[in-house]
Amino acid sequence: MLHTILFLIFGGICVAGALNFLLQRHPVNSALSLIVVMGSLALLFLLLGAEFVAAVQIIVYAGAVMVLFVFVIMLLNAGEEERTHGSRVALVLGVPGLIALFGLLCWTVSSSRSQLGQVQIGGYYVPTTELGIALFREFLLPFEITSVLVLIAIMGAVVLARKERQ
Amino acid sequence: MELLQYLIFAVIKIALLLFILLTAVAYIVLMERKVIARMQNRWGPNRVGPFGLLQPLADGIKFILKEDIIPDSVYKPLYIAAPMIALTLSLISISIIPFGGEWTIGSYHIPLQTTAFWNGNGIQDINIGLLIILGITSLGVYGVALSGWSSNSKYSLLGSLRASAQLISYELALGLSLVGVLLLAGSLSLRQIVDSQAGSLLNWNFFGGLQFVAFFIYIMAAYAETNRIPFDLPEAETELVAGYHTEYSAMKFAMFFMAEYCNMVTVACLATLLFFGGWHSPLEGLHLPVPAIWLMISPLFWFFVKVFFFIFVYIWVRGTLPRFRYDQLMAFGWKFLLPLSIANIVVTSLVLALRS
Repeated sequence: MLHTILFLIFGGICVAGALNFLLQRHPVNSALSLIVVMGSLALLFLLLGAEFVAAVQIIVYAGAVMVLFVFVIMLLNAGEEERTHGSRVALVLGVPGLIALFGLLCWTVSSSRSQLGQVQIGGYYVPTTELGIALFREFLLPFEITSVLVLIAIMGAVVLARKERQ
Repeated sequence: MELLQYLIFAVIKIALLLFILLTAVAYIVLMERKVIARMQNRWGPNRVGPFGLLQPLADGIKFILKEDIIPDSVYKPLYIAAPMIALTLSLISISIIPFGGEWTIGSYHIPLQTTAFWNGNGIQDINIGLLIILGITSLGVYGVALSGWSSNSKYSLLGSLRASAQLISYELALGLSLVGVLLLAGSLSLRQIVDSQAGSLLNWNFFGGLQFVAFFIYIMAAYAETNRIPFDLPEAETELVAGYHTEYSAMKFAMFFMAEYCNMVTVACLATLLFFGGWHSPLEGLHLPVPAIWLMISPLFWFFVKVFFFIFVYIWVRGTLPRFRYDQLMAFGWKFLLPLSIANIVVTSLVLALRS
């Protein structure tokens, strides 16, 4: 019961933040609503018992990635967007596509409903130590490959940003 | 019934904590002015009340009564929200700090922490307390960044750009310096980290855990995170007027001020909990005969003594060191603190692996 209420509250905030993100005309306001989305996603993770993932979501996404976004927006002094009438292609293809995607999602969830259970607070609690053990024993190779990927991305950024020596 | 009891205790604890914290912040400002004055051969504030002890009250009244000016060209929603964000986040992070074990009054067990409760046979603490504090401090950048941007002034914008870059850079060293402590304690719960240091002075992470390198990295990164001298470039008054809060006046300025000092208190509390045994007495291993009432007060006493010491160090450093240059600040953070904290993790985990 409590879980459902909290889920509805934070899910609602999340969707509202995402809509506000699209509707706001000023880039800083959009970035701020994206932070709200990240924060409410973290709380949804917390409701599922994934406390470490929730904390990392706040620290990495809301605290580091979005700070860089806001930083760049401030640095470039990006102004307000202008409203356009929107293209006709988006209207013709986008709306039916959206409805089809939504219908597909609803159908998938409702057809497998008999196999799904009701989540309760504390039902799927995963301590951080178990997460660490799983990452470094069972999923060591994917974990290491991901870190190499991130390293390559960092090196690429350094190469691109470095000044050419004459 | 149990929920009601929990709610009553929680509200009482929050009210007490807020009262004590905000009073402490006011008097830390007075202490800072007094101590700095003595270091510079002056008297400091001594006109209001005995020894100037009522100065914070006078300052508070002044802040409330002054005209709250909102400049014409600011972006109003964020200009008003920014000081609130800063103060709220700094107040949230202190709620996770445990101040002592527990008080048993009659049949009630009261943990001395706002976000912990007694679940029947033990204290239920937040499992990821340390991560939550790190997360909230990393969100604290927004207060600074948004205030600078929404003020629509060159000095404010430059100050907040400096602040954002500095906070992101030093957050890495700050987070990594705590990993050694986590390895030693094997937990992210602040209560369990403190319990792992119980026993005697030699069990404290600073001495017995050999985390003094981590401690110095932590303290330096934390000074940068709280925008204090020698890392106070975001509000360097000789270059930027006052940095990100140049355009703020009256209570809005006071909110930034309070947020900064609350963050200082949080940093001091965290240093105490992680490296200096929290509320455990340094005389614990000696088994001295003490009266029963002292056992109840002793944790709080030692905790506040240690926190007071770290706040004094803050002021001491401010009275001693000059400000860094900006490129020196970045080089220091990325080229010295970050590699050193990674080396500390490697050495600590090696020692732990060899010992087990």
